[in-house]
Amino acid sequence: MLEVSGLHAFYGHIEALRGVDVTVNEGEIVTLIGANGAGKSTLLMSICGNPRAAAGRILFEGGEITQLPTHQIVRLGIAQSPEGRRIFPFMSVLENLQMGAAVTDPGHFDDDLRRVFELYPVLEKRRHQRGGTLSGGEQQMLAIGRALMSRPRLLLLDEPSLGLAPLLVKQIFAVIREINEQQNVTVFLVEQNAFHALQLAHRGYVMANGKIVMSGSGETLLADKEIRAAYLEGGH
Amino acid sequence: MTERSATTSPVLPPLDAVGIVREAGLTAFVVFALTFSLVGFKVEDVPGGLDIVTRFDQVLAATVLAFTGRVVLILLHKRRHLPVILVGLAIAAVILGLVVAARGAPESATAAWLPFESVVVNVLVAVAALVLAGRAAWSAWRRDVGVSDEAVELAARVHKAAIFLGPLMLGFAVVLPFLPFADRRLLDIAILVVTYVMLGWGLNIVVGLAGLLDLGYVAFYAVGAYSYALLAINFDLGFWVCLPFAGIMAAFAGILLGFPVLRLRGDYLAIVTLGFGEMIRVILLNWYEFTKGPDGISGIPRPTLFGLPFTRTDPDGGETFHSFFGLTYSPLDRIIFLYYLILILALVTNFFTMRIRRLPIGRAWEALREDEVACRSIGINPRNTKLTAFSIGAMFGGFGGSFFATRQGFISPESFTFIESAIILAIVVLGGMGSQIGVVFAAILLIGLPEFFRELQQYRMLAFGAAMVAIMVWRPRGLLAFRDPTIRLSDHDTAPEKQT
Repeated sequence: MLEVSGLHAFYGHIEALRGVDVTVNEGEIVTLIGANGAGKSTLLMSICGNPRAAAGRILFEGGEITQLPTHQIVRLGIAQSPEGRRIFPFMSVLENLQMGAAVTDPGHFDDDLRRVFELYPVLEKRRHQRGGTLSGGEQQMLAIGRALMSRPRLLLLDEPSLGLAPLLVKQIFAVIREINEQQNVTVFLVEQNAFHALQLAHRGYVMANGKIVMSGSGETLLADKEIRAAYLEGGH
Repeated sequence: MTERSATTSPVLPPLDAVGIVREAGLTAFVVFALTFSLVGFKVEDVPGGLDIVTRFDQVLAATVLAFTGRVVLILLHKRRHLPVILVGLAIAAVILGLVVAARGAPESATAAWLPFESVVVNVLVAVAALVLAGRAAWSAWRRDVGVSDEAVELAARVHKAAIFLGPLMLGFAVVLPFLPFADRRLLDIAILVVTYVMLGWGLNIVVGLAGLLDLGYVAFYAVGAYSYALLAINFDLGFWVCLPFAGIMAAFAGILLGFPVLRLRGDYLAIVTLGFGEMIRVILLNWYEFTKGPDGISGIPRPTLFGLPFTRTDPDGGETFHSFFGLTYSPLDRIIFLYYLILILALVTNFFTMRIRRLPIGRAWEALREDEVACRSIGINPRNTKLTAFSIGAMFGGFGGSFFATRQGFISPESFTFIESAIILAIVVLGGMGSQIGVVFAAILLIGLPEFFRELQQYRMLAFGAAMVAIMVWRPRGLLAFRDPTIRLSDHDTAPEKQT
């Protein structure tokens, strides 16, 4: 479904991605783990065209999207929940969700809204509250909910567990599985929380210094000694 | 009574009398130092030269009032409401009483007791005292603590009341020309205020909704004015034909400005728009063959009502407004017509903005204001969104400019200086960004009051500045900073239902 090959990207003169190859198949949950500054978020952002790829190709459902502007990429069916949630703080929860549906046929709005409220009942309770007044966990739910409102086939999530209490992390991850299984949305998940992410994912990639250094199924990576030493020991 | 307030709120900490006197003394000293040279001496024209007149009585009055005012403010903060109410009412009553008693006799013994020479200053002091007393009474009644919450709450309440307040103000605006006290002066001020309300609403689209700080809005106002003036004079076209053209030209100028600034944000955007505003003015000033440069354009045709001019006799021998309707000629007719013209233009602007806020493009503007990255990640094209905001905001500026040209009959680049942009922006910011009704209040405050305060002469702009500082201290997010969501679900039912 998504094919990234030989991708290079720069921030100014700093090469953040040095030839990345990643494949995400339809129906999968694929996770990308790695240390701070490895280039995980950059990869996610480059898929959406910002920063634009300096070399390499990105294919989505067979079509090339490497040079498309961000908003057109999103219209093809890729939704992104960007790093740091980035909800609209002065808009109500409902308006945030409405903005998520900005590029879809307005006829779906009611159904999509009901589905998001089923996934996250707390959002329905808070629907008239300003986005900025939600708790961190609720904001994360809103960010994912907003991404879902555009009826994506591929959902890109950047660190949904960031800054959340362990119980909430579990809840967020459970819902990601639900989205994947019940709504048939392919998920590409960037995470620091390697343990939870690998448990959830069908396959995983490990990134270091702008390159993919290891890949395999979730269980294999979880069992791998080096991975345990680098990302899991002491954590869980 | 003081006992009662002590029993109802026993947690009040004791007052630190020495501290209060020290703080109030400091304030009084600052006021004394400022007024001693500014107010204390006055140069006066006397036969044969200039003379210095001393006015130390007014310096003393200002110092004493500042001391009292500071003590009262401290008491208000410490929630000792009763003395504040009493002192405020007493000061207001004494001053207002003296003002009324000394009316028409500025040299009388009663007038000598007034703290200041100027009636307006005296009344302002009385009003300030009344406001303080009212505030104390209000918070005594509410026993409220949080000042900032109060501000938001007030804004929310005013916006709820806008359902009634809006039509009420609109009704007042509609009947204004026919009220007994509506004379030429009042109508002129009203036209000016409504013009700025319209410009404020236009700029509100760019600044309030889309969050693009525009310091050069006057450029579009100028483009609209010159478009109308040049079209009308060179091609002999009427106001109504030119109006849409002027709007289109201004919108085009908006796009012209929009393109180079697409990547800029915040301060950088503000600087470029500031430069753009000046550029337009300098072009108008120097392109002599086209715009007649600093001479300006005169003889701009006045608007007509479907071809009926508002003159005593029609130069071409046709019907005029008063002869067609069988009225006696009155020069006020034209003023009233202009008033309704700008009122309608302003209402169109308002109606358009209220509607577009609920449409996808309006929501995209608001989303863009909040977070551009998030906007892109949900598929909104930031380029088109910004350009539409610039061009639509500019279009209303252009309409306003056409009206300005037809009202004045003469335009020159001098009318389109940076201070105009600054005032329009101040109206939007002081009104509370994005608040439609806030713009009305701010325009009345910023345009209407200075016109009424012409008596203050050179201190007029000082009073203007003081009013702006006061608003920013007490209402840092604008008079009515409150955002009403554009979509709601009914509470007992999850079926989405769009509120209109």
